[in-house]
Amino acid sequence: MYLGVDIGSSSSKAVILNQDAKKIGEAILNIGTGSNGPQEVIGQALFQAGLQREAIRRTVVTGYGRMTFTSADRQITEISCHAKGVHFVMPNARTVIDIGGQDAKVICLDQSGNVGNFIMNEKCAAGTGRFLEVMARVLNCKLEDLSGLADRGDNGVTISSTCTVFAESEVISQLSMGQRIEDVALGAHCSIAQRIVGLCNRVNIVPEVVITGGVALNRNAVHCISEELKLPISRPDDPQGMGALGAALYALEFDKER
Amino acid sequence: MEEVKTSKQMLGELLDKHYSDALEAKKNGQLVAWATSISPQELLTTMGIHTVYPENHAAAIGARKCAPEFISHSKGNGYSVDICSYARVNLAYMELLHSEAGDIPKPDLIFCCNNICNTVIKWYENIAKELNIPMIVFDLPFNHEYEVSKQDVRYIKGQFLEAIQKLEEITGRKFDYDKFGEVMKISSETSVWWKKAAMKAMTKPSPLNGFDLFNYMATIVCMRGTTEGMDLFKLWYEQLCEKEAKGLGPWKPGEEEKYRVMWDGIACWPYLGPTYKTLRKYGINMVTSTYPDSWYIVYEQNDLDGMARAYSSNYVNRNLDFGVDNITKLVKDYQLDGIVYHSNRSCKLMDFRQFEVQRRVEANTGVPSVIFDGDQTDPSAFSLAQFETRIQALVEMMEKRKQMAGEK
Repeated sequence: MYLGVDIGSSSSKAVILNQDAKKIGEAILNIGTGSNGPQEVIGQALFQAGLQREAIRRTVVTGYGRMTFTSADRQITEISCHAKGVHFVMPNARTVIDIGGQDAKVICLDQSGNVGNFIMNEKCAAGTGRFLEVMARVLNCKLEDLSGLADRGDNGVTISSTCTVFAESEVISQLSMGQRIEDVALGAHCSIAQRIVGLCNRVNIVPEVVITGGVALNRNAVHCISEELKLPISRPDDPQGMGALGAALYALEFDKER
Repeated sequence: MEEVKTSKQMLGELLDKHYSDALEAKKNGQLVAWATSISPQELLTTMGIHTVYPENHAAAIGARKCAPEFISHSKGNGYSVDICSYARVNLAYMELLHSEAGDIPKPDLIFCCNNICNTVIKWYENIAKELNIPMIVFDLPFNHEYEVSKQDVRYIKGQFLEAIQKLEEITGRKFDYDKFGEVMKISSETSVWWKKAAMKAMTKPSPLNGFDLFNYMATIVCMRGTTEGMDLFKLWYEQLCEKEAKGLGPWKPGEEEKYRVMWDGIACWPYLGPTYKTLRKYGINMVTSTYPDSWYIVYEQNDLDGMARAYSSNYVNRNLDFGVDNITKLVKDYQLDGIVYHSNRSCKLMDFRQFEVQRRVEANTGVPSVIFDGDQTDPSAFSLAQFETRIQALVEMMEKRKQMAGEK
């Protein structure tokens, strides 16, 4: 059995595959690197698969926390793992937009799923999941309710600050000027979409475009990005698990190479 | 390896001497100039004016992790975080006048050439005004055409001649044209040896560890017009030839040079060690950068037109087409597997065209590349974890291309 672990900045993901690359265990926890999330998520995935740790032949780890997870056979970047996972479930994908807790990246794939090129956000958290987390807090709603709140907005309020911290102050000032909370929420989604499309414009975007990462769970954000990009965007059933799936596929591949 | 140590030792000794001579000169009442890194130092050297280079000094302060104190002082003086961090460090140094990284004397004269950027004009002008000292400016217009135009050569040459007059006024001494000829000859020859040594990295594996370019750069900036400088680069070249003849690579014997990359932009001085170690961990040798050509300022002796053209030909002063051709050629000449672009918060001039250079070079060569965020001296603009993720992803792309090339 083959284990892929993706340790992000705000969540941990694990996928277990059998030798036929069939998924037999999977878990996601909303705590990331530096916590007990990685160990717990592996335990949950093993439980789901009905396996003991010893049954795992190879492990590959990816994500921001990969360097500190020492029990894996190999560690591979989230860029290669997301590409691998997406190509496996959606072989027609040529562009992957992955938006995680603190990273946003656009990955260009060739027909075989190899990474041709990729670009990532700058050091700051603008255009990442962290931005939406901050917005949810300011708007006093749960992160999972933010999308629905924005759906009820009519005119998105313009949020011009690139910096997440400044954007927070800007939103507070908009709310104090009497803007509707729904319109501010919509504005926040438009803002992240503009940031992401700005990143996309630096590479040659080829359809099919697939979105992954935690932000892909936010339907309003996906809709705004698609509108801004003027292209349809597909979403795998499990957008958060693509990195872990890719890592598990690498684990399977390495075992075959031996 | 004894010999390598000698070349490095000589480098250290020369730099120590460079700084102590300048401090001594100041103490004895002699004139000291502060000059930009690619300025026509030939004029100052001919006049026997001790010259130090604030950019180099700021880089040393950054590398020794002493920059935050200066950056914070400049912030207090009202200099925004968006201004070049070399400028912020140096403008603070002008007031504080001491750093554990080493000291330079206060200037009596400012010598500023804008072939490297336009920030230097305002930065050095501020120094001149604050200290109430003369400033000699060389305005080398950006080359929107591929080559340096004839009228620009005339314009620049005129400025050289005017600067000579001004130097005569400031020092009260006559300019010695015979000595000028000699200095011109030495400066060109030093540049040639610098480039010859750097070009040794074309051999595979490279006998040169490319991060040494960052170390030796200090001498090509500070001592280009001196025979000591020329001797150092000759020695470095000879030692690299010996290593090359023995088939030795950049690091310890047995440590394989797996990938060869180019570094675009200035070093990330506060993280010089961590960036170097990260690359080396993956078997990446940074074999070249845009530095070797930056100080390849070569022209015929007594040819002021050639000298004007050479100073204006620095790559950051040339157009996008040249920038792209230049890197495309480096990819071929140095057999590069990848390119690392430093998106340097301080250097708007280099960042301005970086995305487009990257896009065109990739279209020309197919070689993969990554961009990382950093700064030349401000440590707050860099994240080692993010740097490593980008480098590792570059390795994965380079490895895949090697596999695919092997399968063909």
